[in-house]
Amino acid sequence: MTSTSRITVPGLVGTAFTVFMAALWFFPLYWAAITSLKFEQDTLTKPPGWFPNPATLKAYGRVLWESNLLRWYFNTVFTGLVITFFVLLLCLLCAYAISQLSFPGKTLLYWALLAGFMVPGQALTVPQFILLNDLDSVNTYQGIILPQLIAPIVIIIYKQFFDGIPRDLRDSAIIDGAGEFRILFNIFLPLNWGITWALAIVTFIGAWNAFFWPFIITFSEQMMTIPVGITQVSDAFGVFYARTMAMALLAGLPVIIAYLIFQKRVTEGIMVTAGLKG
Amino acid sequence: MKPKSRRRNLRMWRDAFLLVTPFTLLYLIFFIFPTFRMVQLSFTNAPLVGSGEFNGLANYQRLINDWVFWKSLKNTGYFVLLTVVPNTAFGLMFALMVVRLKRIQSMVLAAFFLPFMLPVSVVTLTWQWLLDTQFGISQYVLRLFNEGKSIAVFNDPNWAMPVVAFVTIWWKVGFNMLLFIAGLQAISKEYYEAASLDGANNLQIFRHITWPLLWPITALVLTLQLIAQLKIFDQVYLLTGGGPFNSTIVVLQLMYREAFQNNRGGYASAIALVLFIVIMVASIIQYRVLRTGAAR
Repeated sequence: MTSTSRITVPGLVGTAFTVFMAALWFFPLYWAAITSLKFEQDTLTKPPGWFPNPATLKAYGRVLWESNLLRWYFNTVFTGLVITFFVLLLCLLCAYAISQLSFPGKTLLYWALLAGFMVPGQALTVPQFILLNDLDSVNTYQGIILPQLIAPIVIIIYKQFFDGIPRDLRDSAIIDGAGEFRILFNIFLPLNWGITWALAIVTFIGAWNAFFWPFIITFSEQMMTIPVGITQVSDAFGVFYARTMAMALLAGLPVIIAYLIFQKRVTEGIMVTAGLKG
Repeated sequence: MKPKSRRRNLRMWRDAFLLVTPFTLLYLIFFIFPTFRMVQLSFTNAPLVGSGEFNGLANYQRLINDWVFWKSLKNTGYFVLLTVVPNTAFGLMFALMVVRLKRIQSMVLAAFFLPFMLPVSVVTLTWQWLLDTQFGISQYVLRLFNEGKSIAVFNDPNWAMPVVAFVTIWWKVGFNMLLFIAGLQAISKEYYEAASLDGANNLQIFRHITWPLLWPITALVLTLQLIAQLKIFDQVYLLTGGGPFNSTIVVLQLMYREAFQNNRGGYASAIALVLFIVIMVASIIQYRVLRTGAAR
């Protein structure tokens, strides 16, 4: 151990290079941030100013009060919460049955879920759009939400975690006269709060960031989610880059904050959905 | 004994049925049914909304003769080439760079990872500004390679796709890095200690210990990337719109255009089916590769 923690010249060069690359990688976000704090005319100076001088929140004010951004915030938070809640609930129920109970059709259901991974969701856009159009759900919240409730990966992950719970736990609860729903919500769910939080955060971030489907199913500015909405207005802004960057940052800020607060859970959630651990 | 256990079984079936029905119903309606519908639509001349008639293989005949379709396939392949391996290599490089850090580790990790958290449109808006032909700060770098002249990267057929790929790598590399970090941390320290006792240098250690032990993760990252990048649409649509002159159009965008702009639901479904088959093949490759990886 001592040999690896000794300070060496190649080690220092490596660290310096690492810091340089990290700074380079972070630079676009820094540049977006300082641009958003400039007056519009100061964004176009040559050479560009490295710091906002003077700094102003004017761009943020204009974006918040003169666009539909607040409405998009609401749409995104609302649909994101509904999607997260129902994805977790439906998958929790289904995974419990697949993991703990035996019933006719179980193997078929499980294989249908696994086969579903081979179908790219985007390829289903046309039939899904037609279906939702038949249900009068184009440009509505349920239109945004419904197809996003399909997340078989969450079932697979819950199943793996439930499989790891000792059989005796359910057996003794059954002898005590508990029903399946009580066993699930009083024993299995509390034992898996950690993974549930991780999945909830990752699902919410996924719903927040979703672009393709909300882009397809919404057409009025009133119904758009943030990732879709901000691409519509920037065209209208033209070269008002302070405003565009203020809007981009406001759209990205919630997920960045969520990451910084829940760093470990986010990492865990990404790992399990990629098929590692669990 | 017998009737009692049968009653218990029936009760279990009932409970299981109640538990799986909500999800299964949604899955059938919004996933399984659309999958079959896509296949069926691809043999009709249906518009986007409204009914069409069976027209046999007409859509597929048209597909074969549609140069834009071939162009979109080629561009998707080009994009896959430009992203999959570089994105994996950068992910591995950053992971190796991050794991050996101590005090500044979390800051460096965040710098590489944060872009991955962002919605695609935040990424594209940021890069549109950075690469703005007149005022973008990246142009100071590009001018060094272009005799002092700015480059309108998204309007230049030679530059557009590589730049979209570059932006994609900037955006997504954090995900790969995270998987590689997990893989690196799972390798037992004892191997490294034994190797350095034997006097192996860093390159030898990487070549003979890290790389082979990391291979299952590398295979996972490569195949996840392959499948993800075949579905490219968002960044291309937002940065170039498929232009200039279809030079960057990708398969999914052609499907979108045919369905939602040209009102050809049947034809768009045929395009979707091609993408579906390509991705199915990629998924099968993934499954095989990961299984042999695990068997090692």
